[in-house]
Amino acid sequence: MTMAAVLALAAGVFLVRLAGPVMRSRIKVSERTEILMKRGAMVVLAALVVTGALVAEDGGFAGWALPAGVAVGGFLAWRRVPIIIVVVAAAATTALLRLGGVE
Amino acid sequence: MSIGICIVGVSFGAIATAAGFPWWIPVAMSALTFAATSQFAMLAVVMAGGGVLAGLAAGVLVHLRHIPYGLAVGDLYWGRWWTRMLGTFMLIDQSTAFALAAGHDRRRAKTAYWATAVIMFIAWNVGTVIGVFAGGFVPDPDVFGLDAAFPALLLALVFPALKDRDTLMAVLVGSAVALATAPFLPTGVPVLLAILGVFATWPRGKRREAAE
Repeated sequence: MTMAAVLALAAGVFLVRLAGPVMRSRIKVSERTEILMKRGAMVVLAALVVTGALVAEDGGFAGWALPAGVAVGGFLAWRRVPIIIVVVAAAATTALLRLGGVE
Repeated sequence: MSIGICIVGVSFGAIATAAGFPWWIPVAMSALTFAATSQFAMLAVVMAGGGVLAGLAAGVLVHLRHIPYGLAVGDLYWGRWWTRMLGTFMLIDQSTAFALAAGHDRRRAKTAYWATAVIMFIAWNVGTVIGVFAGGFVPDPDVFGLDAAFPALLLALVFPALKDRDTLMAVLVGSAVALATAPFLPTGVPVLLAILGVFATWPRGKRREAAE
């Protein structure tokens, strides 16, 4: 990998990031469109949560330790526990399960 | 949270260095790209001998989910030309999620966006530099359960929005689509397809509006 490759990735990623706001600045955004666009981003983030918790890099099942940790985090978030505790509890659960031999 | 991304940064720097790249390649990558999944995707393809072009394609592909992010929060930084450039560069999962979680309060959303982005940028780059110079020590973020920390953080931020029934419906359908396609499609595509979930609520919303 050369510096040219590094710059190419930086440029590609920047253009992708630029696409959203440029598109929205070209149209008149109605309140309804605004709601739909926010919902769209929420759905993508949520899908990232679900696939991140369940799917391994090879596309198979990620094992039990990972979704268990995320589920603990989800439960705490539902109980309105502060975010930092949600995150630490999720990581700790998964780490401890793995330490205990659960994959 | 920033400690988590910092450790992932350490592993990025360490893996790239262990693969034989000079120190300035991962450092420049983190500073200029600031996109963990894209950087890891490109690194993985290149390390596996897939070539730079295939690596680039993989890196950009996993990044496409940022198009809906930009649509949703792009107006928060669409002021002067330099806030546009900087805000665009700082568009990541976490800055989007924190900004959206701020709800209708634009000032809070703006503050959340910039604060999250700057903290993450510092943590990511400091981590990469540490990883590069740590010399052979490659931490496995999975041992610390950091792969659970990231989804848990996003989940906590998305959670309040799920009280809205249309959003909940869209999220359920979208997640199901992503999960069902994940075993077959390259990383990055399933979460993008999830956006189809929005259409599950579209006609219903329209009908309701018509009825009002």
